[in-house]
Amino acid sequence: MAAPTGDKLILPRYRRDPAGTHPPLDSPGYRSTALRHPKQPLVLLPQMLTEVTGPLLGPGRIGELDNDLTRRHAEEPQGQRILVHGRLLDGDGRGIPDSLIEIWQANAGGRYRHIGDNWPAPLDPNFDGVGRTVTDADGRYEFTTIKPGAYPWKNHDNAWRPAHIHFSVFGQAFTQRLVTQMYFPDDPLFFQDPIFNSIPDEKARQRMISRFDYRRTTDHWALAFEFDIVVRGREQSVFENEEEEE
Amino acid sequence: MSTPSQTVGPYLAIGLPWADGPTVVPEGTPGAVWIRGTVTDGAGTPIPDAMIETWQADPRGRFDHPDDPRGRVPGFRGFGRCPTEPDGSYAILTLVPGAIPGESGSMQAPHIDVSVFARGLLNRVITRIYFPDHAESNAADPVLNSVPAERRGTLIAERTADGYRFDVRLQGVAETVFFDV
Repeated sequence: MAAPTGDKLILPRYRRDPAGTHPPLDSPGYRSTALRHPKQPLVLLPQMLTEVTGPLLGPGRIGELDNDLTRRHAEEPQGQRILVHGRLLDGDGRGIPDSLIEIWQANAGGRYRHIGDNWPAPLDPNFDGVGRTVTDADGRYEFTTIKPGAYPWKNHDNAWRPAHIHFSVFGQAFTQRLVTQMYFPDDPLFFQDPIFNSIPDEKARQRMISRFDYRRTTDHWALAFEFDIVVRGREQSVFENEEEEE
Repeated sequence: MSTPSQTVGPYLAIGLPWADGPTVVPEGTPGAVWIRGTVTDGAGTPIPDAMIETWQADPRGRFDHPDDPRGRVPGFRGFGRCPTEPDGSYAILTLVPGAIPGESGSMQAPHIDVSVFARGLLNRVITRIYFPDHAESNAADPVLNSVPAERRGTLIAERTADGYRFDVRLQGVAETVFFDV
């Protein structure tokens, strides 16, 4: 929590991520960046009130079945049913509660329900590929869905996207906003994917891969994968330390 | 140890838009303005698969957020979200924010923070919308003043019949100023 002291605003600060955590906007291996990455240097934006606050989008935006992508239609979707669960955390390991998480994905055949997707895998009438939920008091979330398929794209010769689920999270501040992709362990397609490999730091790249979670697998029902999402943490300040002593 | 950013890809329209996303305030709200614009690439081609998100203070310069040290003011969502149309256009209905305290007693001119997401953007890019009606406070704004003078104009919206126009040029001639936060 921030507080005014005299005419000086004391605001929380969000730590910068180490170099290599995020992809360069200019990543020539991913051809679509060529005409879309800014060429002028980014200007440093100090973290002021607009940046340390952010939209608080919670339960009001969620319907009862929004986190179960397998129960939206009369019948079950095709494919391997999976539970995807984890926590939304800040860089200090604190769970972020009451925060909107949105996902979207291809179906089991690797096809999106989108007019622009003409990969000739069948559409599944029982699968839309969209889910939403809100984290609980500990930052936990879970979705029931099906494992998406890999699919070809035209980036390079014989290019295939590894199976992935798109995740969008807000955190609690504009500085924490994140869109990422969750991948599956041991995918054989990682080596040739310029989007996955756009992350310079190998350890950071591995943080996008979910963990197979046998413990949460349900007998005769679903496999399970665990995926924690970490957004930027706060810098420690004198003020925060004082607050903790109260 | 943050999770890395990845592109939204070409099909963000499946998972992200909401029916009331573009209306920060409901239609018919007194004083509401439309902020309209087009997102274009380095060839000047409109981008049909982008998304604009906006975050801003209310007309008094307050946020509905616990980290506003003046106290949380509930009721103003402050957040807008609009995917681009096939012609690259977007539109957000909102109220112009008030001035906001900066550091050391200074004031920031009214502004809206903007995130741009699209296929081909591996991380969102961030910009700010300022308003032409506040020339004096714009001239004193610490963030605008940190931008090279010849590029500052890309951050100032143009007045239109029903609000403002703010185009986003990701690259090329008159590339929009983007920020590292």
